Amino acid sequence: MSDFDRKIQTFIKYFIDYGGYREVLTGLKNTAVIAVLGLLIGIVIGTLIAIVRVMPKYKRLPRVLDKICAFYVALFRGTPIVVQLLVFYYVALPLMGLNLDSVTVSVCVFGLNSGAYISEIMRSGIQSVDRGQMEGGRSVGLSYSTTMIKIVIPQAVKNILPTLGNEFIALIKETSVVSFVGAVDLYVAFNNIGSTSYEFMIPYIVMALLYIIIVLVITLCIKIMERSLGKSDRGR
Amino acid sequence: MIEVVNLTKKFGDVEVLKGITTTVADGEKVVVIGPSGSGKSTFLRCLNCMEDPTGGSIFFEGEDLADMRVDINRHRERMGMVFQQFNLFNNKTVIENIMLAPVHIGKVRLAQKKRANARRKFANLFRKQKLPLEPITESVKSIKEKAYENACSLLDRIGLRDKENVYPSTLSGGQKQRIAIVRSLAMNPKVILFDEPTSALDPEMVGEVLDLIRKLAAEGMTMVIVTHEMGFAREVADRVIFMSDGVITEEGTPEELFDHPKNPRTQQFLKCVL
Repeated sequence: MSDFDRKIQTFIKYFIDYGGYREVLTGLKNTAVIAVLGLLIGIVIGTLIAIVRVMPKYKRLPRVLDKICAFYVALFRGTPIVVQLLVFYYVALPLMGLNLDSVTVSVCVFGLNSGAYISEIMRSGIQSVDRGQMEGGRSVGLSYSTTMIKIVIPQAVKNILPTLGNEFIALIKETSVVSFVGAVDLYVAFNNIGSTSYEFMIPYIVMALLYIIIVLVITLCIKIMERSLGKSDRGR
Repeated sequence: MIEVVNLTKKFGDVEVLKGITTTVADGEKVVVIGPSGSGKSTFLRCLNCMEDPTGGSIFFEGEDLADMRVDINRHRERMGMVFQQFNLFNNKTVIENIMLAPVHIGKVRLAQKKRANARRKFANLFRKQKLPLEPITESVKSIKEKAYENACSLLDRIGLRDKENVYPSTLSGGQKQRIAIVRSLAMNPKVILFDEPTSALDPEMVGEVLDLIRKLAAEGMTMVIVTHEMGFAREVADRVIFMSDGVITEEGTPEELFDHPKNPRTQQFLKCVL
């Protein structure tokens, strides 16, 4: 039996017989939860910020909001996500006297973080939509926000979908830092298998393959979505 | 119907409109002509506050639209606008384009009414003299059905009923512009503003759009039209306004203005374009 075969045997033993797969499934679930919820929160926050930033600024309120949003984006883009996680988990929460589990904290931090990035993506998307669309909506008596929500943002989302997919993929891969606050994700699960079996090669290869498969599946989903959203370009 | 008093508009330091005063009567067709950069498009866009005027007043249905406090959306429903670039909603089908505003605004009004009734009902608990509730005759469904019927009849009218479910990207310029015109008609406006409706069209499509505008004019719709089609202007206008350098240089009936222009600037312009 060659060395490689032995390593595979060990991995299978620890993965299946000793129940390592259960932790991997938990890790997979956590990774998915953190990435998906993080993206959703990010889209909501990002869209709101983007709207504030493209809003006409005649009055004081939008101007103040704009400053706040600019500060928020600078803050979350200017610090590494690991730092944000640590600060949130070990500084902000104890200060507020809250006790949240690490997955919830990760979801929040990833949401806030991707919100900052998505706001810029969304802003460029909104600005890529012809001004005439807004004017067309306003001219029939729709309000700014209605036109934004019903006309401009759907077209903006269509334009930025590939970039948004990029962000989602980046998010999935970035979740591997949540182990800093003690959450179990794919990396932690495979690392545990490795450290209990003293054999890291196969777990890490499998982990890499798993990440690639996830990303490929997402890429496919984005393509399908793009096609269905692109129907207004083709006619029917 | 529209009364413009001393309207001014500045873009930064550039004064585009330098005090425009004019009125548009009920049912009147006013055509605005003039050289490029004379401010005629800006003037038109100021009428429904697509550009916010920097000074002066625009009275429409007794309210000053230049006042930032009026609910401009409400007035824009009564003041349709047709653009050079059509501005149909690209993410909506033709029928959705036409129905969107009536359905949405109908729904909003209905919700407002319901809320008002709920408040009144609550207040009635404490009143001796009960106030009557406002009758609600429509539902979201009836609003949609009515808007759909109306949209269909509008599409029938321009002969594009078969395009009901296609997206604007597949239509020709002329078709787009005709749909843009009926989209503004769907709100039953009192006046329609046309911002160079034929300037972005292929020459052979100009006719169909002008025909539709002519028909609307014959039905007595009040219109303000900015155009470079002098023949059309002469035919459809009750009054022609010639603008240059942000002021009204000359105005009068088409005969007066086209055949006997008094102002040298007007004479020079007409010599070039006619």
